[in-house]
Amino acid sequence: MTDRHPLFAPLILVGGLLFGFGLAYSHMARPEVVLDFLQFEDFGLLFVMFVGAGVTGLAYLLAPRLSDRAPLTGDRFERRLKPFDRNVVVGGTIFGVGWGVSGVCPGAAYASLGVGNVTILWAIAGMFVGAYLQGRWRSGTSSAGAD
Amino acid sequence: MDPVSVLPVAEPFPNGVARYAIGGLLVGLGAAVIYLGTGISAGASTFLESTLSYVSGQSRFQRYVASRDWRLLFTLGIVMGAGVYAVVFQGGAWTTAVSPWRLLLGGVLVGIGTRVGRGCTSGHGICGVGSASRTSLVGVVTFLLVAIGTAQLVAALGVTP
Repeated sequence: MTDRHPLFAPLILVGGLLFGFGLAYSHMARPEVVLDFLQFEDFGLLFVMFVGAGVTGLAYLLAPRLSDRAPLTGDRFERRLKPFDRNVVVGGTIFGVGWGVSGVCPGAAYASLGVGNVTILWAIAGMFVGAYLQGRWRSGTSSAGAD
Repeated sequence: MDPVSVLPVAEPFPNGVARYAIGGLLVGLGAAVIYLGTGISAGASTFLESTLSYVSGQSRFQRYVASRDWRLLFTLGIVMGAGVYAVVFQGGAWTTAVSPWRLLLGGVLVGIGTRVGRGCTSGHGICGVGSASRTSLVGVVTFLLVAIGTAQLVAALGVTP
């Protein structure tokens, strides 16, 4: 990040702090609360996801109207649009099984570590193993679907 | 097997909605701040692969070399932000009662699935849905429905917690 704008790193850190504080405040850092949602005992998770998406939606809507390019990178303001193919459904299904088994997703797992939940290291270790396995399988087999 | 646990309860929000709405607002704000400054749509699961690029030469990971430093910083921020919550509101450490085997097995599947599926609950769920991306909407509906089915099945099998 040495060639980046001097405010780039501080901004990423502030964004991460807000993101992590929000995950902890919403109790999403607790797998039990996520499992409560998946078992229809507390629908609060929907508020986290849709209020969160509403805020970013506003940013995606307004940013291109305010400026052509992002101040700290000079990059164009673009929406997060990824190509659709079978992988989105296959990967989403595998992720769904893992999320349903554990109540853990990546951002919430990092936040869970932050609230002192050392037991979550099992999940984080598992995520690295899983990410490594798919990386090994997919490296070299195909360069398609780059993201 | 508890038949009550697989049915919607009368009270959909036994803990109110304030903590969820405020938390979601802050999560969205974190992603929005980064986007407004940099144009980057930050997701949490790419960190897994970008961090692996420090130790593995696999081409799948090496494509994230350019972004791995800031992704590490973003994740560090998430951990610290949650740490601030723990100190200020929680009054100390909290640990889960969910069994380690569930965390490990679930974690492996989450690691595979989020990377194959191009996003997780933050990338697809927060930024992708915020972008009204059809790919992300399909991704979110897929992992939500599958996760609900899986969690209900695990609970029905009597696994607690």
